[in-house]
Amino acid sequence: MGTEISVKEYVVRLGDDALILGHRLSEWCRNAPFLEEDLALSNVALDFIGRARMFYTYAAELSGEEVTEDTFAYQRDCRDFKNHLIHELPRGDFAFTMVRQYFVDVYSLAFMTSLLESSDSRLAAIAGKAIKESEYHLRRSEEWMMRLGESTQESHRRLQSAVDELWRFTGELFDQDSPERELVANGVAVDTRALEADWNRTITATMSKISIEIPKDELQVTGGREGKHTEFLGFLLSELQFLQRAYPGLEW
Amino acid sequence: MTSHTQLYEIFIRSQRGLDHKHVGSLHADDAEQALQYARDVYTRRSEGVSIWAVKSSDIAASQESDCGSFYDPLDDKPYRHASHYDLPDEVKSL
Repeated sequence: MGTEISVKEYVVRLGDDALILGHRLSEWCRNAPFLEEDLALSNVALDFIGRARMFYTYAAELSGEEVTEDTFAYQRDCRDFKNHLIHELPRGDFAFTMVRQYFVDVYSLAFMTSLLESSDSRLAAIAGKAIKESEYHLRRSEEWMMRLGESTQESHRRLQSAVDELWRFTGELFDQDSPERELVANGVAVDTRALEADWNRTITATMSKISIEIPKDELQVTGGREGKHTEFLGFLLSELQFLQRAYPGLEW
Repeated sequence: MTSHTQLYEIFIRSQRGLDHKHVGSLHADDAEQALQYARDVYTRRSEGVSIWAVKSSDIAASQESDCGSFYDPLDDKPYRHASHYDLPDEVKSL
């Protein structure tokens, strides 16, 4: 076990985050509360899947073997995926999905803005594209926080319980292992610890506007970056990877 | 959900310099949401550079029953058409 990870591994981590969340969002396709929101959520899902493709394609180039973007998406098992756990949690109800999205969008926008300064020009280019998407995602999810928070007792209750459930998975977003920190020192990776204070401030401000309480001193769950996942990822992958597992190399 | 929402008519300008064209309608809670949904529903294939959302209820529309009194009286006024003028050669179309 070396103490450093390669740029390739870092890129795959970012791809995993995007793919797993993109898949979770895609589960709303034809299941959203009404048609307009169905299309909107599917658009966001496609943005994340597109983001995963950009990261995986770059990782495949760095691999320099017979590896493609599909290899990363379809031919790895749970322990190989290094996504943050928050992305793999089941979609839950609409409030749960939108709270997760809001947490992730605030994070992503800051993350991508910082990645724009990466010494790795390919990563900076991906960030440039992702920032515009995240700006729009955030505009949507922030609005939903206000809408659900101020609408009915029921929507407020669901919002609060989503925040309660999700909070313990937010700490991991800012928790960097030492290999990743070395890439931060090289100017390649984003120093996520530096994003935490701003993220907290933004979330706290929004939640206080709609009288949602943020859990205090919650024990934080981590492990995604080590490949230690919740029980939900396996089910997600079995659906995501089914076709390629059943018919390896199948093409359209 | 839909019972709380309003109907909006969506107009999209496909290029700078052109006018906004009606493309369809959608349901939304308010104008801001209508714009966002219009973006997601009607500009998925880069159809637009500008969106207008107008509450359907704000549109005053003529009725089918108005046709007689609105349009029939115009049938016998051909002199309102430019077709009776002799066109100078320089003018290609009018």
